[in-house]
Amino acid sequence: MGELSVQHLLGIKYLNKKDIQLIFETADHFKEVINRSIKKVPSLRDITIANIFFENSTRTKLSFELAEKRLSADVINFSASQSSVKKGETLIDTVNNILSMKVDMVVMRHPNPGAGIFLSKHVGASIINAGDGAHEHPTQALLDSYSIREKLGGVEGKNVVIVGDILHSRVALSNIFALKLQGANVKVCGPKTLLPKHIESLGVGVETNLRKALDWCDVANMLRIQNERLDISYFPTTREYTQQFGVNKALLDSLDKEIVIMHPGPINRGVEITSDVADSKQSIILGQVENGVAIRMAVIYLLASKIK
Amino acid sequence: MLEPMGQKVLLSSKEIHIILHRLACQLLENHLDFKDTVLIGLQPRGTFVAQRLKKILKEEYRVKHIDVGFLDITFYRDDFRRGDKTLSATQTKIDFLVEDKKVVLIDDVLYTGRSIRAALTAIQSFGRPSEIELLTLIDRRFSRHLPIQPNYRGRQVDAINDEKVKVMWEENDGKDVIYLIGR
Repeated sequence: MGELSVQHLLGIKYLNKKDIQLIFETADHFKEVINRSIKKVPSLRDITIANIFFENSTRTKLSFELAEKRLSADVINFSASQSSVKKGETLIDTVNNILSMKVDMVVMRHPNPGAGIFLSKHVGASIINAGDGAHEHPTQALLDSYSIREKLGGVEGKNVVIVGDILHSRVALSNIFALKLQGANVKVCGPKTLLPKHIESLGVGVETNLRKALDWCDVANMLRIQNERLDISYFPTTREYTQQFGVNKALLDSLDKEIVIMHPGPINRGVEITSDVADSKQSIILGQVENGVAIRMAVIYLLASKIK
Repeated sequence: MLEPMGQKVLLSSKEIHIILHRLACQLLENHLDFKDTVLIGLQPRGTFVAQRLKKILKEEYRVKHIDVGFLDITFYRDDFRRGDKTLSATQTKIDFLVEDKKVVLIDDVLYTGRSIRAALTAIQSFGRPSEIELLTLIDRRFSRHLPIQPNYRGRQVDAINDEKVKVMWEENDGKDVIYLIGR
């Protein structure tokens, strides 16, 4: 075992294969910790972490906060809607003000792609990107790969299809980087209007027929339609989208193998997947949420070790 | 036997064998059938001692059942961020509760006592033991940073700070031997 090659977690693009391996091995130990009756370790008792969320989040924010508390870090929470950002303060000023209160690490979600990278160049704390616009969401991709590894014994050589709104999805991009780095075969599937041009240049296949994609894959990662980011109409109606790209039980049962169903949440039940699929044995959606805490503990622990 | 430069045999395979048997007998004297006692080997190297003791107790003293667990103390250490390297964890495997049990913590070398301090905190995550004892194969005298002493000790050694005690096990390193490695 060693240490991470980076000081911040800004995106999967900046990690190497060994980093991912180290994060997974560390997460294995934390997963054991969070399944004890006393789920807390004192490692980070002298570290203070600020969770700065300029965009809404339930799962990610709770997961990070829980991970920090399980490691005994001191935690402060900040959401943009109740802050001086509304009064015109810049990002650097906001963060520097928070850092003046002796904060060691910042977990940030921001609507602008690259916000974390920008911040890491201007402030002294260790930065974890919890989602920056349509760019990256590295901890989500790590927990997705970790869940595949747990379910199928490994990621290398597995066929993974990411279905849905690829164009607006940071989860898709981070997942593509993470899966390719670990040697998986990746396809994206969705309406042509929601697939970015030149996505093949990332080494992924493109499929617009859901049935064919499911026949090919071992794992289907279902993404939600990000209505809040759709500035124009990308498909005629939600109903038509569901008919073409929604996964239901009949479709799954008609495949000649049992594939693994994943979803980063929030689920729009009845749109990208039906309730019986989301709650089926093939779905590892709640396992992903549990693994999210262990993965975030591992990332925070490994980055905090590098704070001098 | 020829040994590498600066390396002295502290205990041979035969001596280790005799000492482990004595420690097993001492444990037996205090805990009899091990009904309310559990052995906890500290990762990474206390686990070998714990497993050897279990084997001797079961095979030679006919103890029917002994719970043995492995405890990793990495996340409880007091030197997080104080060295250059990231502290790497190993597996914790305790699949029983220690609530109201007599716990015997087992390690190979007792040096500063800081690992034991961390283990005393870590074990609380698995319940509230009725009693905790400490067994160590090698006790390095005069080097303690904390007021911690073993209840059972294999051999007491006067080693200076620059020297290192290295315990090797057949199942892991090819042979049983303990070296004192000089500067």
